[in-house]
Amino acid sequence: MAQIRIENVRKEFGPFTAVQSSSFTIEDGEFFMLLGPSGCGKTTTLRMMAGLDLPTSGQIYIDGEEVGQKPASQRDIAFVFQMFALYPHMNVRGNISYPLKSQGMKSSAVKKQVEEVAEILGITDILDRPVGGLSGGDRQRVALGRAIVRDPKAFFMDEPLGALDAEFREHMSEELRALHDRMGATTVYVTHDQLEAMQMGDKIVVMNHGVVEQFGVPQDIYDWPATKFVAQFIGSPPMNFLDFDGMIGTGGTEVRLNDVVMSVPKSIEGANGKLTFGIRPEHVTLDDSAAYRGRVIATEYLGTTQIVTFDTPNGLLKARVASHEVINTGQAIGLRFDPRTITLFDATHGGALRSEANEGVLNHG
Amino acid sequence: MSFSITEPKKGTKWFAGVLVVGYALITIAPLLWIIATGFKSPTDSISYPPKVIFDPSLEGYVNLFTDRTRATDDMLEAKGEPQTWYEQIARDQGTIISGPSRYGERFLNSIIIGFGSTALCMVLGTAAAYAFSRFRVPLKDDLLFFILSTRMMPPIAVAIPIFLMFRNLGLNDTHLGMILLYTAVNLSLSVWLLKGFIDEIPVEYEEAALIDGYTRFQAFYKVVLPQAATGIASTAIFCLIFAWNEYAFAVLLTSGTAQTAPPFIPTIIGVGGKDWPAVAAGATIFLVPVMVFTILLRKHLLRGITFGAVRK
Repeated sequence: MAQIRIENVRKEFGPFTAVQSSSFTIEDGEFFMLLGPSGCGKTTTLRMMAGLDLPTSGQIYIDGEEVGQKPASQRDIAFVFQMFALYPHMNVRGNISYPLKSQGMKSSAVKKQVEEVAEILGITDILDRPVGGLSGGDRQRVALGRAIVRDPKAFFMDEPLGALDAEFREHMSEELRALHDRMGATTVYVTHDQLEAMQMGDKIVVMNHGVVEQFGVPQDIYDWPATKFVAQFIGSPPMNFLDFDGMIGTGGTEVRLNDVVMSVPKSIEGANGKLTFGIRPEHVTLDDSAAYRGRVIATEYLGTTQIVTFDTPNGLLKARVASHEVINTGQAIGLRFDPRTITLFDATHGGALRSEANEGVLNHG
Repeated sequence: MSFSITEPKKGTKWFAGVLVVGYALITIAPLLWIIATGFKSPTDSISYPPKVIFDPSLEGYVNLFTDRTRATDDMLEAKGEPQTWYEQIARDQGTIISGPSRYGERFLNSIIIGFGSTALCMVLGTAAAYAFSRFRVPLKDDLLFFILSTRMMPPIAVAIPIFLMFRNLGLNDTHLGMILLYTAVNLSLSVWLLKGFIDEIPVEYEEAALIDGYTRFQAFYKVVLPQAATGIASTAIFCLIFAWNEYAFAVLLTSGTAQTAPPFIPTIIGVGGKDWPAVAAGATIFLVPVMVFTILLRKHLLRGITFGAVRK
């Protein structure tokens, strides 16, 4: 098992830069998520760690050893592909034992190890079946079996649940997480599904346009996004952005939003000009005594909560409120924002302004 | 997987069946006629109206495999009783067998050259197609077009330069020369066909093998090749059929040692009248290897032809 360190890794395909100078560290035994929209470079990053693509520049350390330019076969890692890539001309046993055969292991030892792995994954009864007729879940298990049988330094998974039905995904993601906890292996997992990333990951890297936007534990990323992109990509519905022209000095604790004074966490980084006031929907409360008001334009019922969309002087805003509150479209309601949860962004470059609240998170990432 | 199939009506099925059987009969009729002619006597073979029912005779086959000289009755008398059944057949025509014909040799040449060039073509073609399919090859599209363009010229147009080249290299009328020539001609077809088949194999299989600790060559050999078997088999059949039937180059570039069967069969006609049964016998035997090869690989061939049409 191993720590994986990425330093200034960059990948160009001709004139196109897929990954721009990225750095982060994956600790030993972590379940690590690479999250981002399609085309953000997350899969390329994973493939570089695995040795399927070689970085244009930068270093990759697995277990302290620099492997950046080494081929995949010399990195001692396992990879689970989205389409599973089970060898169609072999049966289940053949597929799982294939990585062991490359090491020249004795066939009796191979048999024993394959059966152990099959036991762990609960696929003993299908060992001698061809892979063609297997269900999606069983294919997934065989692909995992092929990955874990060799006891590699790390597991890399490229959207391994992407090919499964929604219903089965839930179940498989739990199984995957349980398997990880049992084996304690460093796992790097690529996904575009923020919910999956939050559920399963110990840590998340959020990427966009080949750039690492933020890196940290799910809760920190959710509460204190480093950029507007992260704030919007994570959370459903995403963080609200209220755009305003204004200023905040170093040490300032309030901003003026449409002439209403709003308290914010104590600022460390002053700014002036076009700013964005970021607030999560669940941190908005409805209070008719509040000076800041919005008009209801839509409500969306979600069972225990409802999402209410307001038209405010600074743009649209969604609030998550209890579903028993009766709210009518067209109604004007006062809005109160929990001052401890607010993030201010510089609207021009999209970065979060440092405050006492998010400083720890931003410095870390 | 989504498709819609309507179960055809009984009448439609019958109609389709009749159509298919009818078409099969039409295509197979010339083949059956050739086989039948091989077993006719020379008289029956040219009788009019043509005979469908006839007394079978092995004359054609005896004439195909032997060289004979015409003899007078006295000479036949002096020879004494014929020793073998084929000698008897020759005697009945008033001839004496003077030795074996060169058909066997020509047939063997066809086998060596046909299968040799097909095998070489498959090895080179698979390697080239794999490279074109998987690697960044500079000027890939131009190269592929160039490869295809080598097939655009008719054999007769390139025969003279090839003849001159072969003469300087000492390849004229040699097995190696013909194998190289047929390989060169077939390679364009096999690279194009095989590239299509290899393109269809997801690259993830090889990547999985690379990660499982295999080298690029092992991944190619153990993972790509078994899956490309279908494509290789159907391409091999195409190559073999071309090399087997090729006539123009064979006539122009071979004479003594490396002549294949196609230029030889017509020469039978000239020996003492039009000996159609012998020609038909030669053609029948000539059909067998390709037929056997195709039947052996037919499962792959069918899958090969429909390859890529089915979404997995």
